[in-house]
Amino acid sequence: MEAASSPRAVPAASVTAATGPDRPVTRRLSLDPALVREARELAGRAGQPIVDMARTHTTVSVERVVLRLAGLQGADDDGMPWVNRLADAVRDSAGLEHGVALPAWDALRAGNYPDLGALARDAAAGKVSFRIPGGADAHSARDAAAAALGRGISRIDAQRAARDQMIAQTSQPRMPWIYLIVATGDIYEDIPQAQAAAREGADIIAVIRSTGQSLLDYVPEGATREGFAGTYATQENFRLMRAALDETSRELGRYVRLTNYASGLCMPEIAALAGLERLDMMLNDCMYGIIFRDINPRRTFIDQRFSRQIHARAGITINTGEDNYLTTADAVDAAHTVVVSQLMNEFFGKEAGLADGQLGLGHAFEINPAVPDSFLLELAHAQLIRELFPEAPLKYMPPTKHMTGNVFAGYLLDAFFNLAGVMTDQSILLIGMMTEGIHTPFLSDRDLALENVRYVRDAAGRLGESFQPTPGGFIDQRASQVLAEAVALLRRITDEGLLTAIAEGTFGITRRPADGGRGLEGVIEQADGYFNPARDILDGADAAGDPAAELSEIGVSS
Amino acid sequence: MSDQPQSGQQPGELQPGQQQPQVVRPYGDTTGDGRVQVSFTLPVPFGTATEKARAEGAALQLAAKMGLEPAMAVHAKGMGPDFTFFIVYGRVGHLVDLSQVVVAEREFPLLSPAEVNLRIRSGLGRKLVVVGACIGTDAHTVGIDAILNVKGHAGEKGLEYYREIRVVNLGSQVEVDKLVDRSKAEGADAVLVSQVVTQRDAHIQNVQQMSAAFDAAGPGRPLLVVGGPRYDPASAPSLGVDKVFGKATTPGEVASYLAYSLAPAPAAALAEASA
Repeated sequence: MEAASSPRAVPAASVTAATGPDRPVTRRLSLDPALVREARELAGRAGQPIVDMARTHTTVSVERVVLRLAGLQGADDDGMPWVNRLADAVRDSAGLEHGVALPAWDALRAGNYPDLGALARDAAAGKVSFRIPGGADAHSARDAAAAALGRGISRIDAQRAARDQMIAQTSQPRMPWIYLIVATGDIYEDIPQAQAAAREGADIIAVIRSTGQSLLDYVPEGATREGFAGTYATQENFRLMRAALDETSRELGRYVRLTNYASGLCMPEIAALAGLERLDMMLNDCMYGIIFRDINPRRTFIDQRFSRQIHARAGITINTGEDNYLTTADAVDAAHTVVVSQLMNEFFGKEAGLADGQLGLGHAFEINPAVPDSFLLELAHAQLIRELFPEAPLKYMPPTKHMTGNVFAGYLLDAFFNLAGVMTDQSILLIGMMTEGIHTPFLSDRDLALENVRYVRDAAGRLGESFQPTPGGFIDQRASQVLAEAVALLRRITDEGLLTAIAEGTFGITRRPADGGRGLEGVIEQADGYFNPARDILDGADAAGDPAAELSEIGVSS
Repeated sequence: MSDQPQSGQQPGELQPGQQQPQVVRPYGDTTGDGRVQVSFTLPVPFGTATEKARAEGAALQLAAKMGLEPAMAVHAKGMGPDFTFFIVYGRVGHLVDLSQVVVAEREFPLLSPAEVNLRIRSGLGRKLVVVGACIGTDAHTVGIDAILNVKGHAGEKGLEYYREIRVVNLGSQVEVDKLVDRSKAEGADAVLVSQVVTQRDAHIQNVQQMSAAFDAAGPGRPLLVVGGPRYDPASAPSLGVDKVFGKATTPGEVASYLAYSLAPAPAAALAEASA
């Protein structure tokens, strides 16, 4: 074992964690550097109290991650995962204020259980009484739990090394990466569609989740064939899709990335499953669940911090959801709220250990095309964000709000979106469908969408080198104006507190009080002596293991 | 094959005193030319010359069966090894008899969010309060959340998105008594309940129990609205509620219904909203 060179060391073998822009970003705007610095300082000040709260609290889902990483899998006859049954049993008898690990591993030893699964079955049947051990018992519980979690985290490290190896064996695609969605509800239908999309040029496949999964306080188990407008995120579905895309990556000689959603009430657990099954990107926004799903703000921020620690370790790039604000608010009026949210996502992300290259900050092309100079405004916004976050693999989202049933006009709008994307060096382009909002894309819609982006990329891919907005001109001024509005809003948020700002409806248009929303009952203040061996490792107590040993552990031969 | 005009007049021809012809054909660039454009995909390969010829023949056969004759496949493109995409222009022989067009009457007009907000503001003069819940043992909040959450459903934002609607979402497994009390406390104008579980007709009994409880709670009963995939939209009277929404209902329909039922519309205000 090597000593950690920084508090949050990641495996030294990793060369691909930073998936930032593959070319240096060109500066085209005359932004005031002092204002940019102030924006970051303000975001840090607004975010710090949230971080302090997240460090001193835990949630039921955070505790269930400890059990998952220690290898507890499967579900009871009703489909309720054993991690839920065990965590609930511990909470009922000993509480979770000290973390699930101490009482669980104490009971494991005291009851001579062969593994956590056996303990969970007895606990669910009410046959186990848990306690907070002291003295030597506490010591041995801690040691056993820490060893189990060390093995769990090393499985994530091994997947990270396997990703690097896959990229070395195939290739890293050129940016912008093309991002396509599949969502049939049936994992066995999703797989051939995803493979076909990859063959047609997709660099990233996102599997949309079933509607409402974010509000489930458990992660469903197994391969699933029924979903509502999407496919359930389960460990087995992750594994099946990653294996299929590995096969296609080898066939194409190009690494095809897989994306899912670490959001909702089980955000940290899904992050852990993503790390274990080598997903490459995860939707993981600091405020999306609060604003759009009415999930309790505290629950969200605590879960978010832990999920991002896992993503950092797993080499997963997060995608944030700022594009969503522009679907509820006007894209011109609310442009600065996107920047504010990105700065908050950046602060929270880096605090949790994510590198710049892992911050896939989101934004979108959502200005009403009837607004005069709408394309210039889009360029100004996209270029502003590009320059504010030069190392981040920005994710640019296509028009949705102003896509009407006029598929011909929609196809044109998507072409302008693609053009803005290549002109301003966006890293990830989600491909717009002309049938957006009408129906799930036809095979031909997807093919036409790819034809559109290929044309723009081939015809205008190098336009950026000749794109230099006039200093003080419309685009330049608009970018500076949005930055100034963002700083003004950040000053207000810093004064009144982020939770208050959210409660007053600053983002999106919805008011979300700190004590409202779902999942608050799953928030627990840590007691003195709180013990979470997974967090201890992620906080930096442990350094990288031996990559070769890690690879053999998950059955990959070098 | 073409339909026969009913009264012998030519498509597009005006009858004396008529504002509009009764029988029409699609218009390409000349009255009555019947020209249309369609696109579709067939699961046929488009690789070798033989395959291409066969694929185009297949597209023209489909076009003819759709009533397009003559038709021209102006574009054909293979998509992967198994599929071909076509764009076809052709002349359609069918006639459209406008006198036979039946317009489905909805009891309430579909409004945009801006129109709903305006109608509530002008007709009610305050925010419209909606309390939503899954009642009884039903823990499936997918339906009520799709209607209420900002996230929404089917490309439409949920009721929380509407500035003039205040949403109180009580979540799942809410007891009827609690629902009645909370509705009173919140000053609910409308109560939305969704039910998915239909075992032993639980969805019917739960709702009947709910409407009875609201009736028993005295005057000022809020508008009771029920939704779920297994409800018959015509069953409102037997359930004792004001409105039943079936499968595939969107938030916009619910919002439009609430505005229509609870906020009387001054005609001028609506005209302004759509201007």
